[in-house]
Parts: sequence; structure tokens; C-alpha cells
Amino acid sequence: MSADVYYGIEVVLNGLMTGVMYALVALGFVLIFKASGVFNYAQGVMALFAAQTLVGLQTGQIPFSHLINAMFGLEVHHFGWTLPTVVAIALSLCMMILFAILVEKLVLKHLVNQEPIILFMATIGLAYFLEGFGQLMWGSEIKRLDIGIPQGGNLWIENATAGLGGDDFYGFYIDTLDLYAAGIAILMVAALVLFSQYTRTGRALRAVADDHQAALSVGISLRTIWVIVWSIAGFVALVAGAMWGAKSGVQFSLSLIALKALPVLMLGGFTSIPGAVVGGLIIGVGEKLFEFLIGAPFLGGATENWFAYMLALVFLVFRPQGLFGEKIIERV
Amino acid sequence: MTSEAMQREAAAPGVPVMALNHITLRFGGVTAIKDISFDILEGEVRAIIGPNGAGKSSMLNVISGFYHPQEGEILYRGKPRPAMKPYEIARMGVARTFQNIALFKGMSTLDNIMTGRLVQMKSGLLAQAIWKGAAEREEIEQREKAERIIDFLEIQAIRKAPVGSLPYGMQKRVELGRALVSEPSLLLLDEPMAGMNVEEKEDMSRFILDVNDEFGTTIALIEHDMGVVMDISDRVVVMDYGAKIGDGTPDEVRNDQAVIDAYLGVSHD
Repeated sequence: MSADVYYGIEVVLNGLMTGVMYALVALGFVLIFKASGVFNYAQGVMALFAAQTLVGLQTGQIPFSHLINAMFGLEVHHFGWTLPTVVAIALSLCMMILFAILVEKLVLKHLVNQEPIILFMATIGLAYFLEGFGQLMWGSEIKRLDIGIPQGGNLWIENATAGLGGDDFYGFYIDTLDLYAAGIAILMVAALVLFSQYTRTGRALRAVADDHQAALSVGISLRTIWVIVWSIAGFVALVAGAMWGAKSGVQFSLSLIALKALPVLMLGGFTSIPGAVVGGLIIGVGEKLFEFLIGAPFLGGATENWFAYMLALVFLVFRPQGLFGEKIIERV
Repeated sequence: MTSEAMQREAAAPGVPVMALNHITLRFGGVTAIKDISFDILEGEVRAIIGPNGAGKSSMLNVISGFYHPQEGEILYRGKPRPAMKPYEIARMGVARTFQNIALFKGMSTLDNIMTGRLVQMKSGLLAQAIWKGAAEREEIEQREKAERIIDFLEIQAIRKAPVGSLPYGMQKRVELGRALVSEPSLLLLDEPMAGMNVEEKEDMSRFILDVNDEFGTTIALIEHDMGVVMDISDRVVVMDYGAKIGDGTPDEVRNDQAVIDAYLGVSHD
């Protein structure tokens, strides 16, 4: 086979890796949408906030240091110590759980039985609040996040595949960080599926997702379930934020990855966990392959920016419920 | 059926499980329930009947905590019950079914019935996550209870089927199973036979009587089919335009002039 075919395979592999990263973000949306029918606009900002918190804790940043300095005329920024990554991740997770509890207490509780559009508006407000709050707490500068996963091309894969495509082919270039992200995403999806299928809380989650009224009648507290769901979504946001943050730095644009999750959701369906994964993979591979085969040679490149949305549009026309979403049947 | 009904009347009534005193429920300017009092005794089948719009479902929703009355008092086992959330009342042992079936349509029959056991399961989140020892034992124990109900209601054949795909009569039966499996001290059935054919109605009547006999479950139900109500209930409350117009054994109610007027209409001349 010629080197071009191997380049093609490499593009597909990298597409899969990117797809996994998209799926990570989309998962958070699916979890909350399933349990409460709310499209959580704040999911992307939650990922950003989680990543900011992780970096801040890790590097021993003083929270609200800008505010403190401005009020008291001080010049303090750091505590002077650093936390081990594991501890910082655990504390960040606690932070996200606290966030989930506050969201339920301050927002959702007061909006029970409201139209989905109202809850959606509330999450928009939540997104802007959290964006500002995150910057106030940890500052707005771009930060490097090192969670101990090596970055750059994986030498082992590169060397092992070097001879395949003749002398011009130097082996597959696959980022080690992407490999780790893929592994972690697979573990997380497996854990979520097992949790929802085989535990009492998982069964309660599925029950709430299916019918609120019936769930109440069998003794399930919706408020408890919402706290659990938002905590899990916070955890997913933390993982997504940590992975994307390690890849491209912790900065405002991190919250925009949520936009890439939208076409993933339209493909996979808003209510399916496997759908989010498959949708992510299709978008990831699709946009890379389209760029490689058609975009770069014929359209002048940069098709990756819009390909996903085009694909989503096509899906909306032909299969509005997505690949795995529940079919919408209205009884007349 | 008549002999069975007579035999049932002979059974000694127990103490009140729930007593409702002077309940009034309003929605804005509309009074759905006007100053109604009645009680439900341990071990009896209590029916609430009345024409459409009489406030029967509202009454059931008051008992199960979906609505909170503006006036009146609810006594549960002799003690005043404060305004509680529906899930708290479910945990107290009041199970119910809905007029327009509220099942978890995407889940299997078995899973639906297992959700009825949620209130009884004690192991914590961590134990479930580790999935060992206590949690596993408990799951097996709960599963046995669920299987017993499945046998009882003769729905073994549809154990694994997603309930959304089942025929209406079967869905009603699964919903009954989900309420029953929580071992309720009071079981509320909102029109358990609505939309059923004669055969299905007979099956459902038999299950309701069997539940009452075998498990000793106290049952309060709403039903439109007068024949069925008179056959299976011990005592009947009759409602019309939100007010109580009759209360007593099926025979007493059947011969009550106010009840006859409400059902057949009365000429105002």
C-alpha cells in the first residue's frame, strides 16, 4: 500500500481521538438532559471552571486574589505551595459537587414544573455567572495545566509503524495525551452505564428520566436525584476540562468546546450515553477525513470549523431524533 | 359475585388507616373539593365514585400528597399528617397508580416493578458502587419480592419486555405490581379498570380482591363501572360537584335517593 493510504489511516486514528474528546463534553449534556429534560447551556463553562479550579488548587493560587489585592492594597497571588495532582483533582471534584448542591438549592428548586425553555434560560444565566465567577476567583490569564500525562507524539506507536508505508512514511503520529483521554473516556462511559443499570440510585435516575410523576409516586425525591445528576455532570466536566486544558491550555475558549458538543448531540441523540460516544467519534473522524480528502485539496482547507455543523444539519433534516435518540411519537 | 360481596361485608372492619376531616381544595376560584370527611379502615376496599368532574381524582391526589388542601386535616394512623411531598408520603407506605398510567416506559416490566422497591432499600451509595456484600444481598432479596409479585399478577411472560410496547391492560397490571411491591399500608388505585374490556375488567377485579385477601392490603379506589364497584368494595363514598353526597355499604349507597339523583339526573319542577 502506498504512503497515502497510511496517512489516511493516521487521519482516521487522530479523528477517533478527537472524537473521544468531543464525546467527553457531550456526555455531560446527555446526563442532565436525560434526568431533567434540561439542556444545560452551562456545561462548557462548567468544564472551564473545573479546569480553572484544578490549576488554581494545583499551583496554590489564592482564590479571589485580584479582589483581595484591590481591596486591601496587597500583592499576594500564591500560597507558596503546590498540591499533588490527585489531591487537587479530589478537591476540584468536591468543588463541583458543592456547585451541584448550590444549583439545586438556588436555581432548580424554584423552577420545578416550569417549561423546559425557562430552565434552559436559567442555565444560560448560570453559564454567564459561572464564567465571571471563575475569572474572579482564579484570574483570566491563560494557564498551563500539567496533570502528569505525557504529551506529544507517542514514540512507541511511531516506531512500531514506521516501516509500513515505505521510506516516505515515518509512522503514525498519535498524541499520548489523546490515548490517555480515550482510555479514561472508555472507563468513564463503562462506569456510567454500569452505575445506571445495576445500582439502586442508577435505577432511580432512569426512573426520573422516564417519568417525574411516576418517580414521585414510588418515593423518589427529585431534588436528591438532581443533585446527584449535576454532581456527575460536574465530574464529567472536570474530566473534560482537565483533558482539554492539558491539551490546549486553560483559557476562556475552553468553554466554547461546548459548541462542538452540539452537533455531536444532534447525531447521537440527546438522551443516549452510547449515542454521545458514537456521535463524537463520527464527528471527530468525519471532520478530519473530510479535511484530508476534500477540504484541503479542493476547498482551501479549514473545513474542520464548519463540517460538524453541516453534518448535524443534514441529520436534522433526515433523522431529527439522532442515531440513538428516542423516537418522538405524539399520540393524536 | 353477590355471595362473595355479602361474605366481604361480614368481615370485621379495623381501625382507620387514614381519616380525612373537612377537606377543602381550591384551584384559584374553582372549588374542587368541598368540606369532605371520610375514613379508610384497615383491611377494607374503599371506593370513591361519582360522575365526571366530581373531584374523585383530586381527592386521591390529596391523599397521595400531589395536591395540598387549603382546609382540613388528614390523620394517618390516628396522627395528623403535615403537608408532605408525594415522595415522602410514598415512603410512609402510601402507594398509588394513575388514571393515565404513569410507568417508566423505556424500562422493562421487571425494572419497573423493582423501582417500587426503591423505598425499601437501605444500602448506601458507596456500598452500591463497590457492589459487594450487603448491597448485593439486598438486591437479591428485593428481586425475590419483585418476582413474587410478578408471579402473583401472572405477568411472567412479559418480565423483560419494555412496558411502552405492552398492551394497555398489561400496562395497568404492571403499574399495579409496582405499587404493590412496596408493601403499602394503603394502596390507591385511580380508575384501575378505565378503558378495559369486560375480560380485562374481570381479571383486574380478581387481582384487587386477591391483593386485599392475601396481603391484607387496605385499598382505596376510584372507578366508573358501577357493577364492578358494588361487587368489590366494602364501603363507598359518593361525590358530586366536589361535595360528598353519600357514604356507606354498596347496598346503602345504591338505595340512597341523593345518589340516584346525581347519577340519573333529577327534574327541577
